[in-house]
This record gives sequence, structure tokens and C-alpha cells, in this order.
Amino acid sequence: MNDMRIVERDVSTAEIKINARDVNVHYGTSHALKNVDIEILNNNVTAFIGPSGCGKSTFLRCLNRMNDTIPSAKVSGLIALDGEDIYDSKVDPVQLRAKVGMVFQKPNPFPKSIYDNVAYGPRIHGLTRSKAELDQVVETSLKKAALWNEVKDRLHSPGTGLSGGQQQRLCIARAVATSPEVLLMDEPCSALDPIATAQVEELIDELRNQFAVVIVTHSMQQAARVSQKTAFFHLGNLVEYGETGQIFTNPRDPRTESYISGKIG
Amino acid sequence: MTDISASPAGKSKGSSLLELDSRTRRRNAAERRFQIYGIVAIAIALAALLMLLVSIFSGGSSAFRQTFATFDMTLPAEQLDPEGNRDPAEMARVTTIGYQNVLRAGLVAAVRDAGIVPDGVADADITGILSPEAAADLRNRVLANPDLIGTTVDIDALVHGRIDGYFKGRVTMESAVRDANITPERLQIAEAMVENGLMSTRFNWGFVTKPDASDQRPEAAGLGVALLGSLYMMLVVLVLAVPIGVAASIYLEEFAPKNRFTDVIEVNISNLAAVPSIVFGILGLAIFINFAHLPQSAPIVGGLVLTLMTVPTIIISTRASLRAVPPSIRDAALGVGASRMQSVFHHVLPLAMPGILTGTIIGLAQALGETAPLLLIGMVAFVRDYPDAPPEGLFDPASALPVQVYNWTQRADPAFVERASGAIIVLLAFLLVMNAIAIILRRRFERRW
Amino acid sequence: MSVLWITLIVLAIAAIAYGVSRRKAIEETKGDVRRLHSLPSYYGWFSFISSAVPAFLVLLVWLVIQPMIIGNRVNDALQLPEDATIVQGMAATRDARAVSVALDEALSRGVLQQGDIAQFAADPASLGPALRDADIELSVIVTPQLLDAARVYSSTVSMLNTLMAIVVIGIAIVGAGYAIRRITPDFRARNVVERMVMLLLIGASVIAILTTIAIVLSMVFETVNFFRQYPWTEFFFSFTWAPVFQGISQLGLLPLLWGTLYISAIALAVAVPIGLFSAIYLAEYASKSVRSVAKPLIEILAGIPTIVYGLFALITVGPLLRDWIAQPLGLGSSGSSVATAGLVMGIMIIPFISSLSDDIINAVPQSLRDGSLGLGATRSETIRQVVLPAALPGIVGAVLLAASRAIGETMIVVLGAGAAARISGNPFEAMTTITVKIVSQLTGDTDFNSPETLVAFALGLTLFVITLTLNIFALYIVRKYREQYE
Repeated sequence: MNDMRIVERDVSTAEIKINARDVNVHYGTSHALKNVDIEILNNNVTAFIGPSGCGKSTFLRCLNRMNDTIPSAKVSGLIALDGEDIYDSKVDPVQLRAKVGMVFQKPNPFPKSIYDNVAYGPRIHGLTRSKAELDQVVETSLKKAALWNEVKDRLHSPGTGLSGGQQQRLCIARAVATSPEVLLMDEPCSALDPIATAQVEELIDELRNQFAVVIVTHSMQQAARVSQKTAFFHLGNLVEYGETGQIFTNPRDPRTESYISGKIG
Repeated sequence: MTDISASPAGKSKGSSLLELDSRTRRRNAAERRFQIYGIVAIAIALAALLMLLVSIFSGGSSAFRQTFATFDMTLPAEQLDPEGNRDPAEMARVTTIGYQNVLRAGLVAAVRDAGIVPDGVADADITGILSPEAAADLRNRVLANPDLIGTTVDIDALVHGRIDGYFKGRVTMESAVRDANITPERLQIAEAMVENGLMSTRFNWGFVTKPDASDQRPEAAGLGVALLGSLYMMLVVLVLAVPIGVAASIYLEEFAPKNRFTDVIEVNISNLAAVPSIVFGILGLAIFINFAHLPQSAPIVGGLVLTLMTVPTIIISTRASLRAVPPSIRDAALGVGASRMQSVFHHVLPLAMPGILTGTIIGLAQALGETAPLLLIGMVAFVRDYPDAPPEGLFDPASALPVQVYNWTQRADPAFVERASGAIIVLLAFLLVMNAIAIILRRRFERRW
Repeated sequence: MSVLWITLIVLAIAAIAYGVSRRKAIEETKGDVRRLHSLPSYYGWFSFISSAVPAFLVLLVWLVIQPMIIGNRVNDALQLPEDATIVQGMAATRDARAVSVALDEALSRGVLQQGDIAQFAADPASLGPALRDADIELSVIVTPQLLDAARVYSSTVSMLNTLMAIVVIGIAIVGAGYAIRRITPDFRARNVVERMVMLLLIGASVIAILTTIAIVLSMVFETVNFFRQYPWTEFFFSFTWAPVFQGISQLGLLPLLWGTLYISAIALAVAVPIGLFSAIYLAEYASKSVRSVAKPLIEILAGIPTIVYGLFALITVGPLLRDWIAQPLGLGSSGSSVATAGLVMGIMIIPFISSLSDDIINAVPQSLRDGSLGLGATRSETIRQVVLPAALPGIVGAVLLAASRAIGETMIVVLGAGAAARISGNPFEAMTTITVKIVSQLTGDTDFNSPETLVAFALGLTLFVITLTLNIFALYIVRKYREQYE
């Protein structure tokens, strides 16, 4: 596996979850993302790395159409989830986002109880038929986010009262509760201390058993620790995409190498 | 870890994105409904605004037009100047009644000459066309220029409010039958006079410049005294509220230590801004009139009350614009050895000036439209004399623009409703100009730090 | 000498002091201003302030106290009974002043001679007609005591006015002299001037407190008077409002309070949904261009004076509701009604709710919206379940502020609600409010001795307390809310 070439990445055993072809994003007049082609695999953690403003977060937000909320953003090209174009006019972003969940840079629990935070998604999507079922979903999700033991006695106290790391895991539990197929994480650890970061990273590794996980990160160490595949973005271009080990030990593109060795960033 | 299939997902994993499930369809419908509520709410608010403006403008624009009877007549010297020496003091003994007889005779002659009066119509029906105010106007005109006596002059006489109303659609032949103040015959004569060029409805400056008139003479009522009164009050507010407001803001924003005392002031200011205006009227009545013995109905009292109401507004906006001046400016001034006072007065205050001016104009506009407190300090009184020039004139009785509107709404003759709406148009025009100036100032001097 | 002249003279003295001190400061250093502690103009300002400010302060205090002294003198001359109230005393002084002003006018026009006045003392009743012949208004009935009091009044006034001019101008001169003598090159003029300016700034800030105190005092005073003449239990708990001048009035607050609250409730029922939905749409959905047009247009509603709304209620909305709803349904035949006033007041309040709510909704962090949208919530679900609950305290504060505005609003109810005090559930009936009754009891001929007039002060105080409580509560909530997201 380690010796795999980029052009032959479809050799991988896992199925392709998201297939992006020739994706361009414009914000008003600025060209934020240029001709990006990428295939994201199921049950893998894919890390997007690159210097600030390189387009990695922009691309992430294309994957569940969060860019729709920015009026000036224009997305072109094809992004397919399980072979279906998510920018097709028949696709409802609401339904898409139920399948492609998202965790944000800053923990953003709603000003509600911990229970209501987690139950929010299942409620709006009507995923449960009874209170007992909902309780079950909340418990499962909190367990998946490795938070259950810490909060099981205070499910009805406000989510904003938790510590930063707990809040971020709550947000992950909230995203997991809608049983998505893809989980997008936009620098999920940048607002956390090292211990909380370690907990979240451990969690990400567990989550890949059930989802395709895409993580944007600033930290190359983090990308190396948690991901199987890494994509390096620079100035709106996808410069290089491949096995994480290969990217970090044997980058093909000189720009990747400069970044990894700390010359640009 | 529990398997994902344990969570009872509503849709199966393989469901296609391209097919909307029924729940999403329902949710999207709810989304559209919600948006429509918002659009409807805005539409209602804008429709209310439109309806308000249309109602005022359609009812009030006719107040600026007035019907006049125009004809020539010779002013008989023997009746208007019995002494024959053209001395205004002597001539003043001829009362308005005397002029009225002369004017009526002139009108009857002019109308009968034109040959438009059907047989059998009494002179009273012709003379009833005139406003009682017309004779007073003629008297003033003659007293100001005694040489007119004996000559033939153009008469431009106000006609009765009901005749005027007929041409503005307020009075009809049917309503005239039931009306003690007008008869259908008079309306017919008036119509004939219009055809013969003896009567016309045209723009009337008098509405803006003349004083108020009594209940029976809506056609003569004007806004002159009210405009002067409002102007005087605005002067008082400008002279008092701006320095006080700006000084207080400078202290609170730039110098005040954070302690109990300044807290009390802050709470006071924000509460004063929300105290009902009528309470300020009670304050004015009790303190300025009953206690300090200032005269009732005087612009000075109105100005003082409005000052107290305007100061919080000015303080709030001035503080906002002082706060918008970045601390780096203050630091720069202090850094070259200026005292704090100098840095504020030389640098911060000039930079905040546009914002202060804008706030001041908006505060003045608010004060200009304020009615309730002025009712309590006696500005509803019927005032026909123009106040003198300030400062003495500040103590003369006067009315105010919004109070004049209220005053006219309380009168029986529906012609006053038209005049009230007209007065509001004048008021809104002033407010529009003031707000436009404020917006232009803001645009012109707006700084981005 | 009028106050205006005194003011001008004091300003002139201060201006001279400015020039003299500035010159003196420069001369003391023989033209080398670098040796001065402060810039020369500061020496000038020091003298200006030292001269003008004490003089004006004394003038101000004098103007407040003078009427009291005059009142006492006049009341002595009138031999008012010991237990006369302050209000009676004021009324007596007013009468004496009216006679005095009329007499002065007569003297200045030459209608009367100084000697004639003594004659009228024997037959005071003839004074009124005599003055009326000369076209001088005098509405009070002249008694011998009153004539006497009028003469006391005029002599006291002229004496005090002269004294005031001497004292105030004297203080200005002394202040100027003192300041000029203190000027030496080492004198720290800037520091002193700055301290003086600071005192002026503080003084301006204190006016806010003084206004509040004046509001409270002006009402408490007369309210106490009112409750001396009318039992407070009747006022607060009676269901009848029937003032009869020169009779036994019933002055119950409850019908007025009912009308006030009923109208405010209708106003809020109109304004809260419309204002809130407008704010939500403008903050969350509207494109920039729609927002930049619709928001200022809605805010125009807030800039329109209330008298305009009053007229709108009177000539448009009232007849409309009467002809299309009330009469066909047999609910009433009056154009003035609770519904009319409530509807129009609701329109007036829309911009308060919408712009406050707009601010509050915008203060909810974007990350919460992203979090909800990222989970696949629709925008409306995000707004209803995340944004609004987060903004709720702020919105409640905005509604309370709007309620306080509605309760204190006067012109719309004066013109749109009617004057009949009654407690009824029918919104198409005319009812009345606290503010309407304050206006009607305090305009026209008022007798500050009768409970029918004084009740207005008790009503005013009640209104003030209600709105103040609402305001403080609302401001507290809004402030707490802002801190949460700062």
C-alpha cells in the first residue's frame, strides 16, 4: 500500500464515497478553488492540509453545500455522493446534510440541554418514533462520542456549561446522532487543549469504522496521526493527494515538500 | 461501540439524494410558509406606511389650495374714510362690519353685472358666498395703504369654507340642502362665477403664513403662529440641549470614573429616554408654570420641556460617536504632551462632530413632532397674534405645529380636518428635510477607521 | 433690568476680564510667552470663567427663590388663613400678579395716573371695567386685599429685580478682579481652567438626575395634596370614573387602567408578530438590496410623530373599522374605539420591535446557525429552534420596552380611543386611558385646588411608576443578554 502511486489510488479496497471532478469555487470575483479532482473513500479518514486560505475549508464546505448559505459563493463542477450529483437541482441540501454531517472549528453547542443538543438532529429529521427510541439514539451517540460517562448524570443541564473538549465531543455526538454517511470536520481541535485534542483524535479513529471522515487540519502531525489519506491544497489548487504515509515521507510535488518541511505555511 | 444499524434511522442508507422523501417535502413546505410569514409581515408594515401617507396626503394636499372670489370694485370714500383725511388712525374707527357692507355691495354689483344670477335670488345668497374673513383682509389692506380709497381695486376675497369645500368635493348639492351654513343657490352662483372667471381655486400661501382662525372660518386658518412657535421652541432646544447633551456625553464617555455616581447617571439617562412624553408635560406644568411662574402657552416653556426630553437622545448619540473615535487618536495626542482635556477638545470632539450633528438633528426632529407635553403647558390656546422677535417673543403666547394639528381636529367643521392633514404635510416636510440633512451629513463625513 | 440685559452685561464683563488677563499674562513675561506656565488664552479663560460662572449661578438660584419670597409677601398682604395650601398660595400670587401687570400696563399707556390707583382702593370693583375700557384684559375679581397685594407684588418685584442686578453684576466684577490679580507667570492656569471645565461637564451630566428628581417631585407633591382630599382606596380600587366639577366626583383608576392595558395589548398583538417576522426575514432571509430598502422604510414608521398616527386613527382607521366591521357586526357605532387606537398604536410600535429584534437576532453568533444547518436543519428550523430561543431574553426585553411605549402613548389614544371611561370587553367600544385623562384634566380651565385637577398628578405618577418598572426590567434583561454574547 505504501508504495502506491497517486494515479492508481482506485486500487484501494474501500469503495469511493465522494467523487469530485473539476470543482471550481468563486467568491464574488476571487477564484477560491481551482479544478479540484478528488475521490474520498468510505471508512477512511481523509485529511485536507495546507496553509491558511488555500481553499481546504472551502472545499470541505462544498461537500455538504454549506457554501449555499454564502450568497456570493458560486460552485461549478461535479461532486457526487454515491454516484449522485449533490449539486443537482433535485437535491435538497437539507436531505444532503442529513447524510453529510459537519463538525465545526469552534465548539458550537446550542444554548439548550445536552440531551436536546444531541436529540436536535433526530428530531428535525424525524428519525425516531418514540421517546424511548430517542433516548436510545442520544445515549448511543454520546457513547460514540466518548462523552456518555462524563455527562450521563446531567443530560438536562445546558450544553454550554461543558468544558471546551467536552463541548466539541458533544458537537460530534450531535452530528453522529443523525446517522450520517460522511462526517466533515473543520479543524475540530484548533480550539482545544492537547489533552482534549488527543481524546477527539482517538474518537475520530473510531468513527471511521462507520463513516467516511474528512478532516481539515492545520496541524500536519494531526493529519499524520489520524488520517489514511491526505490531500494538500495550495492557493486554491489540489497539489497532491495520496496515502498519508507517502505524502509525509515521499511527496512528489516540490510544493508539498516545502510545506511539509515548513518552508511555506 | 454500538453498530450504526442499532440506531433506528428513518431512511435506509441507500436512499437516493435525488428523490425527496415526504418528510423533507413537508419540511420544505414549512420553510416556505415561514418565509411567506416574513414577507407578509414586511408587506403589512409597508402597506400601513403607504396607507398612512396616502391618507394624509390625499386629505391634506387640498389645504394648500383655496378658493377666492376675484372682482373689481371702487372703494367708496364716504363709507371707509368719513373724515376724508386718509389718516389711518381716523380710518381705524370704521370697523370690519363697515368694510363688510362695502365688500358685499361690490360683490353683488360684480355678480349681477356679469348676468349670471338667476331671477329671484336674493342678495343674501350672493353675499353669503364670502368668508367673514374677507372684510377683515380688505380692512387691513386699506389701512396699510389709505390711498386705495376712492380708486378701483382688484379684490381677492376668501370665499366661505363651504363653497371652497364644494370645489374640493367635500360639500355636495345634497349636503347643502341640509346645511344651515350654505344653500344650493349659493353653490350654483359660485359655479357660475367660476365659469365667468370671477372665482378660482388656486395655491394659497396664507395657509402657511396666516394665523389660526376661529371655528366658523376654516378657510382663513393658517399655520403662521404655529410655525413661529415651533421655530422658537427649536431655537431654545438647540441653544440649551446641545451644549448640555454634548458636555454630559464628554464627561461620561471620556472622564467619568466607573463608580456608583456615574452608574446612577447612566441609569437615569437611559430611563429618561423612555419616560412617556406626557410626564414631561406634567413636569413643565408643575415646575415651569406653577412654580417658576413662567407664562402659559409660551415657547420658552415648551422649549424647556422639549430640551429635557431631547437631552437624553443627544447624549446617547453623542456618546456613540465619541466611542467610535479610536483610542489611538487620544493616545497620539497624549503622547505629544497634550492634557486629556486638550486631547478631547482638540482631536476627539472634532472627529466626532458629524455624528453629534446627526444625533442633534434627529433629536430636534423628534422634539418638533412632540405634542402631548405641549398640551399640558397651555399651547392649545387659541392664539391669533404673532409672537414678537426673540428673546422677548419667547415669552409671548404661541402655538406649535403638532399642537395646531390637534387643535384643528377638535373643531366641528370638517374643513378643519383638511387643514389638520395639510399641517401634517408641512410637519412631515420639515422632518423629511431634517432627516435628509442628517443622512447627508452621515454619508458625507462617515469615517472608516 | 431684564434677565437678558443682566446676562449680556455679565458676559461683557467676563469678556473684558478675558482680554485683560491675557494681556497681563503676556506683559508679565515681557512678551516671552515661553516663560508662562500655560498658553496665554488659558489665563484669559480662567478670568472669564471666574467672572461669569459664579454670577450666573447666583442669577439662577435667585430666579428660583425670588418667586417664593414674592409669594410669601403677597400672601401676607392677602392675609391668607394659616392652613392655606401651597397651591392656594400660588393661585393668590397669580391673581395679584395679574392685577399688577394690568395696572402697570395702564400706567405705561397713560390710561391711569399713579394717583388714580389710590382711588380704586376704595372701590376696587370699578377697576376691572375701567381697565376693560382701555382694552386691558383683567379676568380676576378685584378685592381691596388683592389690590393691596398687587401693590406689594409690584414693589417687591421691582425691589428684588434691582437688587438682583446689583448683586449679580457685582459678583461678576469681583470675580473678574480676583482672577486678574491672581495672574502671574507661574500660575498654573491650564490646570485650573481644566478643573473648572470638568466641573461644568459634571454639572451637565447631573442635569439628568435633576430632571428625574424634578419629575418625581412635581408629581409626588400634588399627588399627596390629592390624597388629602380624596381617599386613596377609592382612587386605586373604585370601578367608576365620573369627575364632576364642584360636586362629588368619583375618580377610580381601574377603568382607565383597563382601557390602557386593553389598548396596549391590542397594539402588542399587532406589532409583535409583524415586527418579529419582519426582523427575522430581514436578518435571516432578505438579500442585501431588499434589506437596504425595506429596513429604512419600516424605520420611517418610527420617525413619524404620534400626532400623525392620531390623525390617521381619527380620519381613516376609525371610520374604516366602524363602517366595515363594527357596524355590520352590530358591535358598536363609534369611530373611536379600543380597536382603532390599538391597531394604529400597533403600527407605530412595529419598528421598535423589528429594529430591536433585528439587532438581537444579529447578535446570535453565526456558529450556532452553521451548527444547525450543518446537521441538515432547514433555515426556519434553525431560526425557530436555535436562533429564537437564544435571542428570547433580548426579544422579551424589546417587547417590554414596546409595552412601556404603548402604555405611555398619548396622542393616538386622545384622538383614537375616545373619552368614555368604561370597563368592557368589546374592542369596538370607545374606552379611555390614563394618558387621555391626564390631558383632559389638565387642559382648559384648571383649578389646582380641586381633586378633579389634582387627580391628573396621581395618574401621572401611576403611569410613571408603571413605565419605569417596565423600562428598568427591560433594560436589565437586554443588558444581561448583550453581555452573554460579548
